[in-house]
Amino acid sequence: MPARIRPLLVPACLAGATAAAFCLGLAMGAHWVDPVDVVRALAGSGDRFALLTVNELRLPRALVGLLAGAAFGVAGAVFQTVTRNPLASPDMIGISAGAAVAVVAGIVLGIDPAGLGLAGGLLAALVVYLLAWNQGTTGYRIILVGVGVTWVCTSTTSWLLTKAELYQAQQAVGWLVGNLGDSTWQDVPALAVSAAVLVPGVLLLGGWLRTLQLGDEIATGLGTPVQRARLVLLLAGVGLVAFATAAAGPIAFIALASPQIARRLAGAAAPPVLASGLTGALVVLAADLLARQVQLPVGVVTGVFGAPFLMWLLIRKNRYA
Amino acid sequence: MIRTRLLATLGVLAVLCLLSLMIGARAVPPGDVLGALFGDRGPDIEGIVWGARLPRTVLGLLVGAALGLAGAVMQALTRNPLADPGLLGISAGAAFGIVAAAAVVGVSTFYGYIGFAFAGAVLASVVVYLLGGAGRGAASPVTLALAGVALTALLTSLTSGIALIDPEALNRYRFWDAGSLAGSDFGVVWRLAPVLLAGAVVALAVAPALNSLALGTDVAAALGRRVGLVRAGAAVSITLLTAAAVAAVGPIVFVGLVVPHLARVVTGPDHRWLLPISALLAPVLLLAADILGRVVARPGEVGVGVVVAVVGAPVFIGLVRRRRLAEL
Repeated sequence: MPARIRPLLVPACLAGATAAAFCLGLAMGAHWVDPVDVVRALAGSGDRFALLTVNELRLPRALVGLLAGAAFGVAGAVFQTVTRNPLASPDMIGISAGAAVAVVAGIVLGIDPAGLGLAGGLLAALVVYLLAWNQGTTGYRIILVGVGVTWVCTSTTSWLLTKAELYQAQQAVGWLVGNLGDSTWQDVPALAVSAAVLVPGVLLLGGWLRTLQLGDEIATGLGTPVQRARLVLLLAGVGLVAFATAAAGPIAFIALASPQIARRLAGAAAPPVLASGLTGALVVLAADLLARQVQLPVGVVTGVFGAPFLMWLLIRKNRYA
Repeated sequence: MIRTRLLATLGVLAVLCLLSLMIGARAVPPGDVLGALFGDRGPDIEGIVWGARLPRTVLGLLVGAALGLAGAVMQALTRNPLADPGLLGISAGAAFGIVAAAAVVGVSTFYGYIGFAFAGAVLASVVVYLLGGAGRGAASPVTLALAGVALTALLTSLTSGIALIDPEALNRYRFWDAGSLAGSDFGVVWRLAPVLLAGAVVALAVAPALNSLALGTDVAAALGRRVGLVRAGAAVSITLLTAAAVAAVGPIVFVGLVVPHLARVVTGPDHRWLLPISALLAPVLLLAADILGRVVARPGEVGVGVVVAVVGAPVFIGLVRRRRLAEL
């Protein structure tokens, strides 16, 4: 494939596939709604049953999947570029673990977990950044401090699970794996606003991402304010992941795998932001189509199908290398 | 100098072993504990000492030593100061083994669960090495770690899926996942010991070669080391040590990652000293955490996995902030 077309063709194909998965998500489910009826229901007419199914059940679910997937993908690309580490993902840096421990504590103590996920995730991110700050910070140190904070959160979650009743533990595990089944319109506004602000923001700061990826010295030499750029970009990534996790749970693996998949599809040296976001959205929406059929949370499906795909990419790359 | 420090570590370890025998949910006078070890103090006290505290202490020693050794070998093998057993899919493999044993096979004995967890951990680790090293050339640390993360994600999804469908599997999984030395008996110890011994022997056998490997593959080969063989030996020892330890007591963070760094402060970089010191320092940490867990929440207790993480993380973060990262 000519080198010039590929960076354009890949996002275009991904966008098409994502749109297809989104539309299928409105039509597919416990029973099939014809595309014509879907369009009619979206326009506000048609029979009441289709209106209820499409507008109240499937549309919020598909929107949360689309936005959360895109947010995870973009945030993953940002984290991996800023820390210059393909293994850096919000899962490792404490946000997901912080959100998880807050929500599980809420479930076990009988507090309504709405809002707790967001607070826990943001708090964990704040703690990591403050602890990693010592006359400036480096991507490496953020990861290491994140590992430590994740230990505390994860082991506290495990301990809470042993103290819970079995039904509470089931509810907690259902949330921990990432679930779109309970999505309602209530989940959409906060997520939509954060994505609408932060995704274009990150795209606009693409110049900083490109220089940071070359290393601190070169980036400084090219005129990038390294500390400030890193802080702003990480904040944007944290915001995206915190809102996405609060709405959909820490869907396994999207933030980690989407940038790696997008990078290999696009044949780029660093994870492309737009393609990563589209990949994340596509993977979540496609996985949710399947998750509905097997009556399992979407996070189970993303792991089961996303992971082998990443493995296949790894093997293929090794052969060429 | 090193010998003095070695002796000091041994002394601390011995004191901790004694404390681990003395302290527990039920107050037993120290005299009676020692008496029960060497003589007859009645079935009640003997049950506590021989049935619970002694196997628990021995298991803590074995598992701690295994995690410390495996951590040191893994950091040398991957030449990555951050290599950690959780990274290679071993913990996720063990977790999957446990839920599969409960939901699919219908295992009902404690030893059965440990066996399945061990098998899952070994299989996961083998798959990660195969994936990471597939194609031409040796496995690069990053590819290996990515393969580990990918397999961990796959297994974690499957584990959650099964746990959501089968309540018994979830029940088994959640108590294993918190990490605890409690409830172990000598049956577990005897089953683990040969595996751990084999892993330790292999680890110590490759220790001199790891010194050459630290200079780079080319130098090691020029010095007459058979690099492929050394790497394979290191991988085998890591897998045996970690899989057995994790299967028996659940995932324990911090120990395998940080102990080798502490040991390096004591001995310097020579692996012939680094490995034995790691194997002594790690049980010091593990036993101390276990004893703390028995004291803080009387009359209940907090599992060693949780204590290690909650106490270890601040220490780890302090190290990260202070020391130059290249050294860590």
